[in-house]
Amino acid sequence: MSACCRLWALVALLIAVGCSRDKADGRLVIFAASSLREAFTALGTDFERTHPGVRLVFNFAGTGELHTQLTHGATADVFASADQRHMDELVRAGRVGEPVVFARNEPVLVVSQDAAGTIRGLTDLPRASRIVVGAPEVPIGRYTLQILDRAASHHGGDFRARVEAKIVSRELNVRQVLTKVRLGEAQAGVVYRSDTLGASDLRVLEIPAAINVVAEYPLATVTGTPHPGLAHDWTLLVLSEAGQRGLARAGFSAVQR
Amino acid sequence: MTAQRVALALIGALLVLFLALPIVSLFASASATDVASGLRHPLVWPALRLSLTTTLITLAIVVTLGTPLSWTLSRRQGRFWQALESAIQLPVVIPPAVAGVALLLAFGRRGLFGAVLGGAGWSVTFTTTAVVMAEVFVSAPFFVQAATSAFRRIDPQLVLVSRTFGASPLRVFFRVAVPLAAPGLGAAAAMAWARALGEFGATLMFAGNLPGTTQTLPLAIYTALEADLRAAQAISMALVVVAFSLLWFVRVTLKSSLEVS
Repeated sequence: MSACCRLWALVALLIAVGCSRDKADGRLVIFAASSLREAFTALGTDFERTHPGVRLVFNFAGTGELHTQLTHGATADVFASADQRHMDELVRAGRVGEPVVFARNEPVLVVSQDAAGTIRGLTDLPRASRIVVGAPEVPIGRYTLQILDRAASHHGGDFRARVEAKIVSRELNVRQVLTKVRLGEAQAGVVYRSDTLGASDLRVLEIPAAINVVAEYPLATVTGTPHPGLAHDWTLLVLSEAGQRGLARAGFSAVQR
Repeated sequence: MTAQRVALALIGALLVLFLALPIVSLFASASATDVASGLRHPLVWPALRLSLTTTLITLAIVVTLGTPLSWTLSRRQGRFWQALESAIQLPVVIPPAVAGVALLLAFGRRGLFGAVLGGAGWSVTFTTTAVVMAEVFVSAPFFVQAATSAFRRIDPQLVLVSRTFGASPLRVFFRVAVPLAAPGLGAAAAMAWARALGEFGATLMFAGNLPGTTQTLPLAIYTALEADLRAAQAISMALVVVAFSLLWFVRVTLKSSLEVS
């Protein structure tokens, strides 16, 4: 009997610990797109050094997931999105304040080692036997389709159709695209430049600037945050020279202003 | 006495409530028009068809290969067989995405066995076959575990008697063991089928996500979730309805077959 009581006490304790109170004192919660993990984690160390007593809590996930969590009332102070559309929807819903673009991320073509001889640029893409792209529902997939459409004006009207005939999978996130090319399952794919850092087992090819669609990353303060001051400081840090240098090291391109 | 019975029922009700609430919310928060427009979503029907065909093929494979294995496991004792039984349970514990990576490393183009297939100019990744392989990998352990305990519940005397009357081992298996364990085997098959239907992580990793070829219902739900929560909700409801009808059907048939025997 007493063992049973002890078990109940343990369960109650776990529930009490699990349902964290919104005490949030000196705790800044940042929801950020997965691609920002390395850059933001590094900047976070700087931030905590200049703000003693403040602890940063990051939630890195796909922008779509973060959007769903925020729509359903997740507690956060700052939202950094990998795509304008999700941010615009949250602005319209009144969940976040005025967004500011803090980084750009260029899509690049990645080619597996064994296909590097045949595919030397976007023009050669239809010659690949297996192409993996993002699903049209996720940002990288949407950009890829836009790039293929734009390429059509340079490489012939049926360029997109010729590439799409070789697509074997439309992945749900950009890391899955990268993994399939790195493992050689797919010969080519389109990912962000920031994803290719440290991936030595594949060839990274530029997409011509005239054709490329550059992803803009907006950042906004979540409406009703208990820490508007800290959220503002974080925004300033990201936009500062040091912040932009950190983002550049992670493969992002600078924001002209 | 009654008070104790009520207390037990109340404690049980807590769990039912917790399990039911998310499912009820899934249905309650959508209007009829939401569901109708969600079900007209272009992702739904190809995914539903693919899910049904692949899980039925999976079920056939799992039952055909799993039943003899479970019979053997239930009849053996000793360290080796215990270790084997535990090893077969491993896919239940490892996260599905890890299972997907493991399948890639085994059957992928650069995989251990993939190189053999590749030599024959054949690759399984990104095909419907890969979907079935992922489903078999994650669902077979559920079947083997439940079927083995079903066979263990058979009275050993009955097996012994049929052997002394000269029935061959195969005849004992088909005419004595399988009919006696049939209800348990049915429940085991239902559990494996349900697990195959819900399979997501290993499929995404190993088979990819292409509508009509490898995009099963769970993958379609996740794809829709990226763009439109309502559509994802509608497809989820379709999945819940399909799964519930089949599980319920199995339960009812099992019950009637028990009453007949």
